[in-house]
Amino acid sequence: MTAFPLFRSATFRLALLYMLLFGGSAAILMGFLYWATAGVLSDQIDETIQADIKGLAEQYEQRGTPGIAAVISERVRRDPGGRTVYLLTDPLRRPLVGNLSAWPTLEPDSDGWLTFDLLDRDTADGTTHIARARPFILQGGLNLLVGREVREIERIRAMVLNAVIWGTGFTLALGFAGGIAMSRSTARRIDSINQTSRQIVDGNLDRRIPTRGTNDEFDQLAANLNAMLDRNQTLLEGLRHVSDNIAHDLRTPLARLRGKLDEIDRPNLTDDDRNRIVESAIAEADGLLAIFNALLRIAQIEAGGRRENFAPMDLAEVVSDVAELYEPVALVKGITLAVRCEPTTGLTGDRDLLFQAVANLADNAIKYTPEGSNVVLHAAGTVVTVSDTGHGIPEDAKEDVFRRFHRLEESRNTPGSGLGLSLVRAVATLHGGKVQLEDNRPGLKAILSIG
Amino acid sequence: MRILVIEDDNDVADYIVKALKEAGHNPSRADNGKDGLFLATTEEFDALVVDRMLPGPDGLTIIRTLRASGNDTPALILSALGEVNDRVKGLKAGGDDYLTKPFAASELLARLEALTRRTGKSNITAETLIAVGDLEMNLLARRVTRDGTEIDLQPREFQLLEFLMRNAGSVVTRTMLLENVWDYHFDPQTNVIDVHVSRLRQKIDKDFDTALIHTVRGAGYVLRDTPP
Repeated sequence: MTAFPLFRSATFRLALLYMLLFGGSAAILMGFLYWATAGVLSDQIDETIQADIKGLAEQYEQRGTPGIAAVISERVRRDPGGRTVYLLTDPLRRPLVGNLSAWPTLEPDSDGWLTFDLLDRDTADGTTHIARARPFILQGGLNLLVGREVREIERIRAMVLNAVIWGTGFTLALGFAGGIAMSRSTARRIDSINQTSRQIVDGNLDRRIPTRGTNDEFDQLAANLNAMLDRNQTLLEGLRHVSDNIAHDLRTPLARLRGKLDEIDRPNLTDDDRNRIVESAIAEADGLLAIFNALLRIAQIEAGGRRENFAPMDLAEVVSDVAELYEPVALVKGITLAVRCEPTTGLTGDRDLLFQAVANLADNAIKYTPEGSNVVLHAAGTVVTVSDTGHGIPEDAKEDVFRRFHRLEESRNTPGSGLGLSLVRAVATLHGGKVQLEDNRPGLKAILSIG
Repeated sequence: MRILVIEDDNDVADYIVKALKEAGHNPSRADNGKDGLFLATTEEFDALVVDRMLPGPDGLTIIRTLRASGNDTPALILSALGEVNDRVKGLKAGGDDYLTKPFAASELLARLEALTRRTGKSNITAETLIAVGDLEMNLLARRVTRDGTEIDLQPREFQLLEFLMRNAGSVVTRTMLLENVWDYHFDPQTNVIDVHVSRLRQKIDKDFDTALIHTVRGAGYVLRDTPP
């Protein structure tokens, strides 16, 4: 936890960053402007001074000391305000002509320039202005000092600096405000996601993130998250359903098992009776194990973990093998089991699992059809159809029967775990196919298509 | 038979060792992969029972190591419930059979006996005639006679009888029949195998005084001509 909760907010940090970037670049721009303006101005002055020196030096060469003195006097006379600096001295720096009473006492800088304070001759209160001058030694040993007062440059410089400071200040403020405004709108969207998440965590599982309908990135994020939540909820409900049913469906056989174990202790039991009870207890336990095994298998198949057993296989062969295996059972029940196999296309799959799937469908058909009806196994292409002429199942139950442990009310008393069709569906899905139930008029038709 | 049991779960190991002793076998026991591999390479055994998941080298590594060094002792792999996938891996590693926990002792014994018989008679495929009592099977002519009377069998019934006759005197379980006669590994939801066996029984035993095919309660079937 920071001492400043404001700093933890992404909005604030983003605004700050935005401001620094924005303000920083403005400051750099302004700084450059200042440097360029001021630089050009002083360069101009320097050039003027140097041109002036050159002109005076030429005057001296042509007309000698009187000539240059005349020119300087003329110039000084034309500038009563003293914005220019002229001073001609003898070799010992004693003034000959000019508007400066004495040679400045300071030494020139490395470029040969002097910068000093010049008294303002327009006012009498002793105001000074900065002046810039360049000394020059004429051929005869005379010293010449030419300069300009740079009051204007100072003024412009101050003006530009002022503009730079204010401009940068304004930019920083604007940047901060803009940053806050921009990140606030982002933060609001994120906030709504956060709020919804918290509500879901608190148990309101059916809450969803609102979308604006603009289909921007945030809307897409919200839509994706909502889709994920929907999927999770479906899975969760399925899981809840399964565990409810496990509890319910395993209680009965466990109670029976317990009852049988209780019975073993009863006195006056013959050895034969006892053996029979033990055997039926074992059968009961085996049944329970078979249910668990089937559950684990379905889970494993649904996780897609059995693809490594995929190999090229013949679907027609599997179907006729199932028919061959179940034909005696059907016969015992008085049901005619017929098989019709058209040449099937070669396919890659797990033959054991497909056998199990087709066997489960055949088993169901035989189990739930009354005596005297027909069951037909049919294979064509990559589709296996198992149809019977029994009672069929109601239209609205055709999806439910694929759920784990789901059993129709009228079949509660037939043996079975309610897992057979779940396994068929898992196998179909593993093979990239599907299974559906249709009305056979009369009876039921299960269609298993692989891929 | 001398049988090595490599199993780290004490309860399961106790259960197996007890069952093997009761069946007249001579079991040895190792509770980790290292000791198991050591015993298997240094001593002679008729069969191995190897758990898949073991501390030290796991079951598949042990079998692979043994096979690589030329040791062909038949090995039965045990695995936890629901690991359907592992069967193929186990057989690929050189295991001879595969059993999922929990299992009935009778299933384990039946499979071990079938395993040792299978590897004991290497000339089994060269055999053309199998006889159990007065029941004879000619594998070349695909003919079956009992007491000289020819019995007409469907191809699958013939295979079923052949498997029972090859394992005459030992129990074969329903799962073993499914795996060996039908060549599918799956859980039948109903007693499909029983119906096939009773059909075969009709043809083999019905018109004769002594029954050859017997049901072993809680285990499976056995074909034998004399009472044990």
